[in-house]
Amino acid sequence: MIAKMLDRSEVIHIARLARLNLDEGEIERTAIELSGILDHVERISELDLEGVEPTAHAVATRGELRPDIQGASLSRDQALAEAPVTDGVGFIVPSPGA
Amino acid sequence: MSNDPTALTAASSAALVKSGELDASDLFEAWLGRAELDTFGALSWIAQAGESPEQVDGPLGGVPLAVKDLFCTEGVPSQSGSKILEGYKPPYTASVVEALAKSGAPLLCKTHQDEFAMGSSNENCAFGPVLNPWDKSRVPGGSSGGSAVAVAAGLAPWALGTDTGGSIRQPAALCGIVGLKPTYGSVSRYGMIAFASSLDQAGPLTQDVTDAALLFSQMIARDPRDATSVGHQESIHLPDRRDLTGVRLGVPEELSGDGIEPGVRATFEETLERARELGAEVVPCPLPHAPHALSAYYLIAPAECSSNLARFDGVRYGQRVDPGDGLDAMYSATRAAGFGPEVRRRIMLGTYALSSGYYDAYYGRAQRVRTLIQRDFDEAFANCDAIVTPTSSSVAFPLGSRTADPLSMYLSDFCTVPMSLAGIPAISIPNGMSEGLPTGFQIAGPAFAENSILGIAHALESSIQFDRSGARV
Repeated sequence: MIAKMLDRSEVIHIARLARLNLDEGEIERTAIELSGILDHVERISELDLEGVEPTAHAVATRGELRPDIQGASLSRDQALAEAPVTDGVGFIVPSPGA
Repeated sequence: MSNDPTALTAASSAALVKSGELDASDLFEAWLGRAELDTFGALSWIAQAGESPEQVDGPLGGVPLAVKDLFCTEGVPSQSGSKILEGYKPPYTASVVEALAKSGAPLLCKTHQDEFAMGSSNENCAFGPVLNPWDKSRVPGGSSGGSAVAVAAGLAPWALGTDTGGSIRQPAALCGIVGLKPTYGSVSRYGMIAFASSLDQAGPLTQDVTDAALLFSQMIARDPRDATSVGHQESIHLPDRRDLTGVRLGVPEELSGDGIEPGVRATFEETLERARELGAEVVPCPLPHAPHALSAYYLIAPAECSSNLARFDGVRYGQRVDPGDGLDAMYSATRAAGFGPEVRRRIMLGTYALSSGYYDAYYGRAQRVRTLIQRDFDEAFANCDAIVTPTSSSVAFPLGSRTADPLSMYLSDFCTVPMSLAGIPAISIPNGMSEGLPTGFQIAGPAFAENSILGIAHALESSIQFDRSGARV
């Protein structure tokens, strides 16, 4: 099975899902690069995977949660210290509706 | 004893501090002087002179540590090699860095890396490439290239790196030092800026196998802040093995035949011969699905990265670019400006692999292939104690030689990726030279068999007697 060549509209759609602005040149380049990589990784479609369970984590973890006890956390000033824009109370973001 | 404590291995220095023959503050100052000799672009931050940390009476003896950029260190830039985190100073320190400081390895410096640990050459760093100390026109490998160079060039006594698909082992091989990727889950990932969460694991890059064992012994922990951490089934001891009597080493043709450079192949064969002389039995050991590991890896890792890197949105930390056109436009502009080309490529690939209609065909299939690869290893370890391969198919390659073709860069990882997918431990030790550059020998064992592979590595290291002085500044 040969991977299909990604087209412009698909690249724009994926970039939109990933919240990445791509300029015209990048859209073209990304289509070619991703198609090449997908062509290679599609070799796994040669394998018979009928009845094979997926592995999400290689080593069985207990998935143990820590006790639900209130502990120390960052102060407001610490949490805001690296924010690109803040009013000292919270994070300031552009309007979602703009 | 040499008068220069920086000429010693970390374990030797730690022993001298503990016996009172060496002062830990003097040792720290001496290493600060060494760190200042960096002309390879390896270090992103160095501790201030005269600010040697409070001394701790721990097993690591005050021997200071180089730490990869992606580990959060409170008040110290932690940028993961990315412009989007340029100058970012976290409000907390990664669990493993904190644990090592408590055991007596204070922070000496931080090291450059491929952006978000995505790369095999350190050319994907937003702050410039790192150069190989054996030949400055060549790459040091990646993504923990800065950590590998810091140790190889003698800028730091030992270093912390992370390995997702080979990012400790491959740079260790290309720089002529030792690198250990531990069993997944044995070390806490809390405070490591994430790339692919089911694969990322912290490990040591060191001058020799003993140093790797000593550093790793203080890294293992079940951490309540990382639900995937399990600690270790046994404590790690310093290896003393000198022979390989009774040891069966498996050689998978899939990872040691086609695609390996002749010079790398030659040192690999020499090391197998040494292993036989030391008493090991060397047997063939098929890993039939290993050739598909890279394909599975380059679906799973980008998928996980596309999810992990969603957090870089220009709101809570890092850079923001705001074209003044609303929240969504700010996200997209910030991420396009802040991420480099390889990171953007992997986010796109991962987003595609996870997108509606493709999930089963890509990510789902890749996870099933991962099961087959894991089964291959289970079957192999029923017949041998460890699996050995060349670490990297080539010696350090010239800067710029693989950047134009992402796929050729990805193929650099084909000997290291299968172990990552299986979550098993693997160590790379220097085993000779080809074209004037070091080659690496990889030893992989079953999950939690670090003591076993460290022992085998120690026996081989004692026989090989690799001369790493050629890289020291």
